Amino acid sequence: MNDLMDSVFVDHGLITAFALVGLLMIVSNLAADKLFAGRIHGSAIAIVVGLILAYAGGVASGGEDGIADIALFSGMGLLGGSMLRDFAIVATAFEVNVAEVRRSGLIGVIALGLGVVLPFVAGAACAVAFGYTDAVSITTIGAGALTYIVGPVTGTALGADSTVIALSVATGVMKSVSVMVITPLVAGPIGLRTPASAMAFGGLMGTTSGVAAGLAATDPKLVPYGAMTATFHTGLGCLLGPSVLFLAVRAIFG
Amino acid sequence: MIYGVALLAVSMLIGILVGEVLGIVIGVSANVGGVGIAMVFLIGGRVLLERAGLMDEKMRFGVLFWAGIYIPIVVAMAATQNVVAAVTGGPLVIVTALVSILVSFATVAVLGRMAPEPQGILRDDDGAEILDDRSRKEGAR
Repeated sequence: MNDLMDSVFVDHGLITAFALVGLLMIVSNLAADKLFAGRIHGSAIAIVVGLILAYAGGVASGGEDGIADIALFSGMGLLGGSMLRDFAIVATAFEVNVAEVRRSGLIGVIALGLGVVLPFVAGAACAVAFGYTDAVSITTIGAGALTYIVGPVTGTALGADSTVIALSVATGVMKSVSVMVITPLVAGPIGLRTPASAMAFGGLMGTTSGVAAGLAATDPKLVPYGAMTATFHTGLGCLLGPSVLFLAVRAIFG
Repeated sequence: MIYGVALLAVSMLIGILVGEVLGIVIGVSANVGGVGIAMVFLIGGRVLLERAGLMDEKMRFGVLFWAGIYIPIVVAMAATQNVVAAVTGGPLVIVTALVSILVSFATVAVLGRMAPEPQGILRDDDGAEILDDRSRKEGAR
């Protein structure tokens, strides 16, 4: 029986993942229509259900890749991995309005700058509030508030303690997950409905996965505009984190 | 159709390559803007092929299929996040993440309002559609 299951589902992991996600989307779209009267996007529900599955998978397996750590669902790792994700994100740019991008380019650049500095300052302030006093730890946790890549890159460059690096990774993951869930809820009040505001959003949030999922759950048409700026964020963060931002923190906390 | 998929694949590979090289040049261990640069190449490729009259419906479909499959991919991505690490990280992790997000959302609200009005279908505060001249023309297509 187990052999049969393996040769059908595990050996065809990616196909299993297509079927599974398709099923999940049907259920989520039905729930959006019937339970929420269309007030919440089906994709927003599907993403939240995905996160719950990831939690369950993580608890069941003790691994780091959510539901993909369970052999039966290992294909989800390929379908949801960065290779296919980035392939699909690039494809969304195919019908982008080029004039719109040009007109909003400056906003995107400003958002990128602020998107590195503001979360860093907020993160560093939280680190201080929680009792950290050395510049390396404060910088590493502040960098974790950018994305879960900037945190460990900065921490490793500065020789931070491994516990602090782990905290900065967890902060980045928490940020990414929260952006996925909160974005569709606050999109209206913050005016996230134009390509320009999506470009600002992408630059400010930075986390590609959070931006991708948050915009997908808000308005899929905005995805390429947000992704376009977000993709520069991690690189900029890795550049400024261990250099300018660390020097600024050291100037204050010695 | 494969031409469309190949156009997308080549654009992405070039973008990733340029992003990696940029990362090396500025000395960071990350891909700098690979996806964004790939998007520029894809749009450029589309414009060139359209001008040359080589872009047909099949080719467009080869690209647009992947754009259409984007949301299921994002759902799969959500299902493979390390959510356990996020929620068991303790108060520092939760507070830091939320504070930094709130700051960013507030800034989106400010920057988004500074932005030039888009030339397309807009909704005013009552939810009614505002059409400018250009979108009216496009809508008539």
